[in-house]
Amino acid sequence: MNAINTMKLEIESRSVNESFSRVAVASFVSQLDPTIEELGDIKTAVSEAVTNSIVHGYKESKGKIYITASIFEDGKVQIKIRDKGCGIENITQAMEPLFTTSGGERAGLGFAVMESFMDKVKVSSKVGKGTTVVLEKKINGRFAKRW
Amino acid sequence: MKITFSDGILTAFVQGEIDHHSAVGIRTEIDRRIQKDKPDILRLDYSNVTFMDSSGIGLIMGRYKLMSAYSGQIEVVNVPLNMARVVRLSGIEKLGKITVKES
Ligand SMILES: Nc1ncnc2c1ncn2[C@@H]1O[C@H](COP(=O)(O)OP(=O)(O)O)[C@@H](O)[C@H]1O
Ligand SMILES: [Mg+2]
Repeated sequence: MNAINTMKLEIESRSVNESFSRVAVASFVSQLDPTIEELGDIKTAVSEAVTNSIVHGYKESKGKIYITASIFEDGKVQIKIRDKGCGIENITQAMEPLFTTSGGERAGLGFAVMESFMDKVKVSSKVGKGTTVVLEKKINGRFAKRW
Repeated sequence: MKITFSDGILTAFVQGEIDHHSAVGIRTEIDRRIQKDKPDILRLDYSNVTFMDSSGIGLIMGRYKLMSAYSGQIEVVNVPLNMARVVRLSGIEKLGKITVKES
């Protein structure tokens, strides 16, 4: 299926951009007339992925985060969040609830939240090259069926 | 952020959005008061939280650890309904008293 609308965003890995990026994606998705809850789910999942790129991907260094959001005819939204950071050695382990390499203030629940709030979460990563997270969700919206 | 202390209970009224960025300032303020007042109970009031991701859980878990060091307890009250899902998913109910705001 072809995307009917797409937007791209390139941001620096500064924590102040966490709120900017989730609001920007939510604002783009708004054209599907999502419910408040659907919008909240997307904001939360995007916030998790972008935070991971900032905190884990780039750690003390700074780099770029590339966000692409696409809307499809059937109301599906796909959001890609990519960084060129350190990468993930063991993706299965990283996605386990409560697993974190940071300890302290990190809950280890980012991937668990993404999986619970979105229909699909795909993670690909290469150590030393970076990480891409693809999030998908079907938006049913506030209004009756689209057809 | 409004923080009150009476009868051994330190209550922090967390405002606005909790993410990795904003959590830094929130926890610095709360931890300073914990160390000063040494409360028996830390109550985090989430009534006016408008957004949180798992950093909102990290904030609770971090304060739980600090309170445990003082043999204190933690409560999280008035979690708005649309944020209760993140809380439920985390299983932090085992650490302290958590209440969800009916609305
Ligand atoms: N973009 C990323 N780059 C490198 N490592 C990552 C990335 N995203 C996640 N990780 C790894 O996966 C672990 C789990 O992530 P998550 O579930 O969000 O929990 P948390 O962020 O609280 O550690 C992280 O601790 C980190 O080791
Ligand atoms: Mg995370």
